[in-house]
Amino acid sequence: MNAITTSIHAPKDRNARDARADRSFRWVVTAAGVFVLISLAAAALSMLWGGREAFQTFGWGFFTSTDWDPVQQKFGAFVPIVGTLVSAAIAMIIAVPVSFGIALYLTEIAPSWLRMPVGAAVELLAGIPSIIYGMWGLFVLAPFLAEHVYPWLDENIGPLPLLGRFFSGPPLGLGMGTAGLVLGIMVIPFISSVMREVFLTVPTQLKESAYALGSTTFEVAWDVVLPYTRSAVIGGIFLGLGRALGETMAVTFVLGNAHRLSASLLEPGNSIAATIANEFTEADSQLYLSSLIALGFVLFIVTFVVLAAARLMLMQLNRREGN
Amino acid sequence: MASNVANRLYARRRFKNWLAMTLSVAATVFGLFWLAWILWTAVSYGINNLNLALFTQMTPPPGDSGGMLNAFVGSAIMSLLAIVLGTPVGIAAGTYLAEYANYRKIGTVIRFVNDILLSAPSIVLGLFVYTIVVAQMGHFSGLAGAIALAFIVLPVIVRTTDEMLRLVPTQMREAALSLGVPQWKVTTQVLYRASMSGILTGVLLALARITGETAPLLFTALNNQYWTTNLLEPMANVPVVIFQYALSPYEAWQSLGWAGAFVMTIFVLVLSVIARLVLLRNKLGNN
Repeated sequence: MNAITTSIHAPKDRNARDARADRSFRWVVTAAGVFVLISLAAAALSMLWGGREAFQTFGWGFFTSTDWDPVQQKFGAFVPIVGTLVSAAIAMIIAVPVSFGIALYLTEIAPSWLRMPVGAAVELLAGIPSIIYGMWGLFVLAPFLAEHVYPWLDENIGPLPLLGRFFSGPPLGLGMGTAGLVLGIMVIPFISSVMREVFLTVPTQLKESAYALGSTTFEVAWDVVLPYTRSAVIGGIFLGLGRALGETMAVTFVLGNAHRLSASLLEPGNSIAATIANEFTEADSQLYLSSLIALGFVLFIVTFVVLAAARLMLMQLNRREGN
Repeated sequence: MASNVANRLYARRRFKNWLAMTLSVAATVFGLFWLAWILWTAVSYGINNLNLALFTQMTPPPGDSGGMLNAFVGSAIMSLLAIVLGTPVGIAAGTYLAEYANYRKIGTVIRFVNDILLSAPSIVLGLFVYTIVVAQMGHFSGLAGAIALAFIVLPVIVRTTDEMLRLVPTQMREAALSLGVPQWKVTTQVLYRASMSGILTGVLLALARITGETAPLLFTALNNQYWTTNLLEPMANVPVVIFQYALSPYEAWQSLGWAGAFVMTIFVLVLSVIARLVLLRNKLGNN
């Protein structure tokens, strides 16, 4: 008797239990998804909150002031902001053409047996910790530039009008130019691997039709591959830009940590990330700390805009592919 | 006359092509040259300074020689804790994206936010954890360091889980569901099993990524000259020790920094290679 009741009720019980378990499972994974959503907003808000004292004290002047004086408690973000933008710009000027060349080589020119290993090597190099780039910059590249390259620039390009202002100064080896170069080398693997992947999405028929019409390899790359992938290529470049803007360790070593505005690329400067990394543990007052966190907030907003633009442009290619 | 023009045009196009190809090869050589130089520097400086004391002794006082045992242990503890914290949340969120919100607006938004989190500067995540953990606790701690690293692990796991689950054929879900298996069981016992190696790759890549992260640890775990396994105290870790030693004026510290950097680089490279092999084997197995 007893046994019969259980066997009748068992499936019903199990259905209810399964439905309950399904609901809680769904609830748990939804919570995790929302957590991802919240954490980005929380990161922005917490830094805004941490930097409120600086924003309140200095107002909009925080963005335009060139002061950075811990003794007199005066802080302005202009010098680090300019430093971040300039070093990232130099990095992009170096990295974009080189990455395009590498991606073109790996997708169109290289013999097929070479594509896999070189492509894999480039991707592995993208994983090397950035602090290694910084140490190399400080111990190897900076002395080399100070000895062989910067004196020549100072002597030969320094006296020229207009252009000369950017290339004069004492050849310390540390400064905007070195930082930009290290950053550029660092983002080359990133940008070129995105470009390579994007180039590989171009339908073979499209390229083959162009070849059949007698196009040269360069014409196929420039007039077929590039227009087809334009938005994604720009997206990849922006991804690298986001990386260069927010990079800390690679530039902290070689920027020279000087809160001074100088047109010359040979002179030490500072960037947002380097300022925070260098001075955070030395910040001895609430306002000082708050100013550093406020700098972090500025960096967050700038990189957010750049990265959001990058993702939107990369999504456009996906849509075209029908994913 | 006409053929002359055509010939000249042809020659010009050929020349342009030749120029572009040469520049492209030059760019590849240029890029690989710097990267090889950096790798060579890390290896040659590192091997020269490598010795057994690195793994058996504590970080020395200024100017003295010693090892980085406490830093290695601290890094291992924090990285493992970060993986333990970040992986389950990441897998759950990735499951939500692939199984529950795949074609919904909220799914697109979360994917977008996750992608931004994935490439957000790590220094920003460090400051975030500083304000929510360190500032509240009143002091730096290994726990805060692990939480900061977990925020770097999270988006990597979300991304790989989402991608790997979406690769699982729909028929598999339908077959299991048609047998009357509840969805949570389908997900945990069928889908996770099918995408296990992909998710494992994500975990390995995330570990490789946090191994060299320096900036977020500067504001959270800071550093500790002494041995500690107490998560509530500041904790030594390899990247911050390297940062501090490399920028110091002491030669012994600098050599130690290079040795540490070498070990870190090798570890990261080996992890990435293993991760790719796992993925490759999976791909070959599926075909």
